[in-house]
Amino acid sequence: MEDNGTVATAPQEPLVIALDGVPLDDLGEWLQTMLVIREFEESLEALTANGKIPGSVHQASGQEAVAVGVIRALQAGDIVASPHRPHHHALAKGMTANVAMAELWGRATGCAGGRGGTMHLNDFSLGYFGSNGIVGASLGIAMGAALAAKLRNSGQVCVGFFGEGGANTGRTWEAVNFAASQKLPLIAICENNQYAVETYIGRALTGPSIAERASGFGLPAVQIDGQDVCAVYRATVEARERAASGGGPSFIEAVTYRYHGHNTGEVAGYRTDEEVEEWRRTRDPIDGLLRALEAAGRLDADRYDAMLESARTVVADAIEFAENSPLPDPATASDGVISLPFDPRGPK
Amino acid sequence: MSELVTVGQAFQQGLTEEMERDETVFVLGTDLFIRGGHFAQVKGVGPHFGHERVIDAPISEAAMVAAGVGAAMNGMRPVIDLNFIDFTFGAMDEIANQAAKARYLWGKPVPLLLRASSGVSLFAAQHNNSLEAWFMHMPGLVVVMPSNSHDTKGLLKSALRGDDPVLFFMHKRLTGSRGEVGGPEDLVPIGKAAVLRKGADVTLISAGIVVNKIVKAAELLASEGIEAEVIDLRTIFPLDTDTIAESVRKTGRAIVVSEEPPYASVASEIAASLQESVFEYLDAPVQRLTAAHTPIGHAPNLMEAVIPQVEHVVASVRDSIERWPSSER
Repeated sequence: MEDNGTVATAPQEPLVIALDGVPLDDLGEWLQTMLVIREFEESLEALTANGKIPGSVHQASGQEAVAVGVIRALQAGDIVASPHRPHHHALAKGMTANVAMAELWGRATGCAGGRGGTMHLNDFSLGYFGSNGIVGASLGIAMGAALAAKLRNSGQVCVGFFGEGGANTGRTWEAVNFAASQKLPLIAICENNQYAVETYIGRALTGPSIAERASGFGLPAVQIDGQDVCAVYRATVEARERAASGGGPSFIEAVTYRYHGHNTGEVAGYRTDEEVEEWRRTRDPIDGLLRALEAAGRLDADRYDAMLESARTVVADAIEFAENSPLPDPATASDGVISLPFDPRGPK
Repeated sequence: MSELVTVGQAFQQGLTEEMERDETVFVLGTDLFIRGGHFAQVKGVGPHFGHERVIDAPISEAAMVAAGVGAAMNGMRPVIDLNFIDFTFGAMDEIANQAAKARYLWGKPVPLLLRASSGVSLFAAQHNNSLEAWFMHMPGLVVVMPSNSHDTKGLLKSALRGDDPVLFFMHKRLTGSRGEVGGPEDLVPIGKAAVLRKGADVTLISAGIVVNKIVKAAELLASEGIEAEVIDLRTIFPLDTDTIAESVRKTGRAIVVSEEPPYASVASEIAASLQESVFEYLDAPVQRLTAAHTPIGHAPNLMEAVIPQVEHVVASVRDSIERWPSSER
């Protein structure tokens, strides 16, 4: 594979998580959330293949630690915006599996009433400012929310997730530069899962890292291990403190890996099964946290089994909820386009 | 009779033949080499021609189109593949202010083909914008929207042998639709509509996938004694107003059917042009049957609820004839 030497695809070393600087009593909940995300994502291949979910979706199996580590470092009222691979962020931010699943199914009980699907999840009451179908757009929205937070002195810190693919679109860097120049309370999280659809990062990006590129915009930028939920948490806490105290934005590149294709139904011809297997075997974020908790005597096998069972129940219930939910009323299809009255049929 | 190929394969075939014929043709876009694009529109073209001529780009729409504009000005014939029409938003200056202006300002041709999949389909509001009217409105651009495999291949060839920036919009839901295609020298002229069915009672006008709906409507109408003439625009700009007007002079009534939002649409343009060109021949107002003025929802029933269906076309024709019976001419 042609490679500009940006990031190695092969894992550098097996994942070992240190439980320093994290709220130890919360780690059970972190693990539980990661398990729910994993089970949720794993259910989607079959549900799109059999047409229960219209179209296809982007799964984040393997990337759970980025979502949970970042979002658990935030305070209530903080804001998160996601790109097209958003389920882990939404679930970590507090969206229920029922509401997320129903939206994927295009049901009236979904978070967008069935209008949005996977790429347009939202819950503004949770500070979840939506997933987005346009690469790089999520960071712009988070940046604007951060501007409002600063103007309103609301104390909110805003997080924009995007992928390493998004690190090659101009709007991403316009947002970073703007946030840096205005000292906005923004944390830009580049979730570097190494493949933009099928394009390996080494084919599309030069330089030592995306974080290194970001540092040229004059804000603190770090590259961290995105499989280590505690490392993600610590980096985000530091960035959040800086943002909340008027120190301006930070950039975090979290190196991670997606186990499945870009979308459900993908036949991947751009990487080997061995590569995926190596990441699963040595750097799985859930296994890593589980091992660390066991080593610290904070979790035993029985409790883990119960947590896994609980996660499976949550997802099974969500599927049942979606299946039993009504479709949206087609008569509402063009409601709410603008606030002023107009004839949706056109100028008749 | 040639083998039946999908619209996607027709594009691959036409592109491969033109790349073999003309070494200045190359393709640039995301996810082209292995995947063959998100609609398999260039499947196999990468391995056949190599990385020099099938170039995978970072997700940088402005840079992709800018690269195409500059390369076209410097002796190449780039095919820039944006995958979805919606991604033109990220390169709008490069399309509307650079590609569209160079010939006018400098006399410099920009033989650029910008391919994108369009039309109403899955994936909700941000992946289902119908922008053909936006580009029709912009002086300096050609806009093509084939409805079948034959025209896809033939129009692609004309575009790649012409001198203009061409926006080549292929409906997402036509990707797997099969039909015959022509040979290496069978070109379909840009700017010429096709009359797919002759009829004396009403003219049905459409482009892209919606042509299938007006053909079906014409068949249903024939069973009740109404003969519809069916026009496939094939090119949105330059608009073939001659073919449209000639048909409506004969039928005295026209219905333009499209999936666009209604205001300032291609359908609006055609309706306005007809009342100017053939007013005295009209028995009834020209009707626009478009989508509702709304973004497109994710749930399939929301999506289908806002776009015109075959039964709406049939009902519009009946309604037109009932309300404005034909005059003796």
